[in-house]
Amino acid sequence: MSPAAALARGWTGRGRWVALGRCQVLGLAGFLVVGAGMLVGGALALLPVGVGFRLLPPAAGLLRRLSDRYRARAARWTGRPLSPPDPLPHGTSARRGGAAILGDDGFWHDLRWAWLEPWTGGLLAALPLALVEYGAFGALVQPFVWRRLGDGNWYAFVPVTSTATMVTALLLGLALIAVGLRLAPVMTTLHARLTHRLLSAPRTIELTRRVARLTDTRAAAQDVHAAELTRIERDLHDGAQARLVALGLTLDEATRLLETDPGRARTLLLDVRAASERALQDLRDLVHGVLPPVLADRGLADAVRSLALDSHLDVEVAVDLPPGRLPSPVESAAYFAVSELLTNAAKHADATRVDIALTHDGTRLRASVTDDGHGGADASAGTGLLGVRRRLDTFDGTLALHSPPGGPTTATLEIPCASSSPKTSSSCATA
Amino acid sequence: MRVVLAEDLFLLRDGLTRTLREHGCEVVASVDNGPALVRALAETDLDVAVIDIRLPPTHTDEGLKAALEARRGRPGLPVLILSQYVDQLYAHELLASGEGAVGYLLKDRVTRTDQFIDALRTVAAGGTVMDPQVIARLLTRSEKRGRTDSLTPREQEVLTLMAEGRSNTAVAQTLHISESAVAKHIASIFAKLGIEQSPEDNRRVLAVLAYLKG
Repeated sequence: MSPAAALARGWTGRGRWVALGRCQVLGLAGFLVVGAGMLVGGALALLPVGVGFRLLPPAAGLLRRLSDRYRARAARWTGRPLSPPDPLPHGTSARRGGAAILGDDGFWHDLRWAWLEPWTGGLLAALPLALVEYGAFGALVQPFVWRRLGDGNWYAFVPVTSTATMVTALLLGLALIAVGLRLAPVMTTLHARLTHRLLSAPRTIELTRRVARLTDTRAAAQDVHAAELTRIERDLHDGAQARLVALGLTLDEATRLLETDPGRARTLLLDVRAASERALQDLRDLVHGVLPPVLADRGLADAVRSLALDSHLDVEVAVDLPPGRLPSPVESAAYFAVSELLTNAAKHADATRVDIALTHDGTRLRASVTDDGHGGADASAGTGLLGVRRRLDTFDGTLALHSPPGGPTTATLEIPCASSSPKTSSSCATA
Repeated sequence: MRVVLAEDLFLLRDGLTRTLREHGCEVVASVDNGPALVRALAETDLDVAVIDIRLPPTHTDEGLKAALEARRGRPGLPVLILSQYVDQLYAHELLASGEGAVGYLLKDRVTRTDQFIDALRTVAAGGTVMDPQVIARLLTRSEKRGRTDSLTPREQEVLTLMAEGRSNTAVAQTLHISESAVAKHIASIFAKLGIEQSPEDNRRVLAVLAYLKG
């Protein structure tokens, strides 16, 4: 944590005592770490005898649970998440499991930490504790006991044998408490940093994961994109294009019949007009499926309002978005997701009322859709929700579904995105 | 009738101009972008404006914005909006002022010239014309909400044609029924929707729409 942030959190008064409490917790938890480290060490030592392979998986599991607890604690104290290591490998047999663990980077990281933590972390935590406790002995105990202890009663470098020296000890004790309290937050911060350093998955692993995730989502995005292109191609080919061909044929026939059978020609021309209207309707539906015009024209807020008007449910839309437009792929993903959620509310939840809230906190777009239906929605069951998830994945977006049986259902989607500079109608220049 | 025409595609503008001339309208201004439309609406002496929603420079809803803006300056200025698609939101925005003299039609409707000119006259006379697609969606909405006794299919047809701005005579011809039958259907529609019948013919669609959207 940065010094500024520490100041902002107010490392004064209560904050210092909290930090001291944390040191106490760390000091006690240190024994657990020592225990777990020794257990694993013992298992390793027993490897040549064979029993070690049997002991290693549970011991490593215990150590992992402990290190997970430390990760969570460090994340909570610093507000910075730690990337966890990959889960411990499992083997089909005890021997294989043990061998797999021996080959696991995360395990060795945990072990290194388990041996370092009592020394480094433990010392960091012990220093302020020792100062405060020794200070308390000087300030709170010495004034009452020095008379009984007689000669040879020393407090630190002060021989406490008279009222004057007692007062000196008292002041020294108070000073030590003050120093200990002042040190406590510094030490917990240092400890959290150390935990970050020791327990975070190495940066290369983090990057590898990120690359794997990007590869996955990019592949998914390409699939979605290709499927969409295929759909558009097929719709055009079988729909509007075919209708236009038929239309040309009918026109041709009408032209031939103009002289010989004007009545029939007239009927055919009327057919042509009807066919052209259907072709236009096809194209309209297609365009709407690709990018709804109102979304293109007005952006997300109005497009969602339009959805609300089209729905036969009572839909209330609350919008708190920055002025200007969001990046158009984000708008599009959010629009289709909200549209899907609204459809679900109408189709599966028997809802009568839906509340949609759109907000943006500067870094993330959040859209929540709450209905008064019977709940019990399962995100892994419906293809619609899976589709929404896949769409959001491409943007590192998330979909949280809260749908207890009996309702109500709240679906909240979040997409990280900065809002672009406001685009006013005139700044787009000629398009 | 003096018409201001705003359409950015030359072919369509040309075709519309010819159609309007053939039906005895005078195209007093013909523009292909938003700013020119705003000027034309403010300065031209017109009976009705025919406006494409999407116009340069933004190619978004420039036309609609110009129309709404102009109507704020000249309340009740008759405008007929044409678009490749109809959206409830835009229909609501057009109807919000409650002044009538607005129309909102799919572009395809201009191919049925007579009906298009009918609609244009209705709007110029202060009436309201909505595309059947708008009406159809409003109807399914209110029906599913159970807010209205559902209209019979025939009554829905009549209402839809009414919304297109057509007279009782035209409705009767289209549906091949007598004019008195049309009047009966309309009375029944008003009764079912709980609307007081008004002598002013062209207010009826506005009233229906106002009820349906509320």
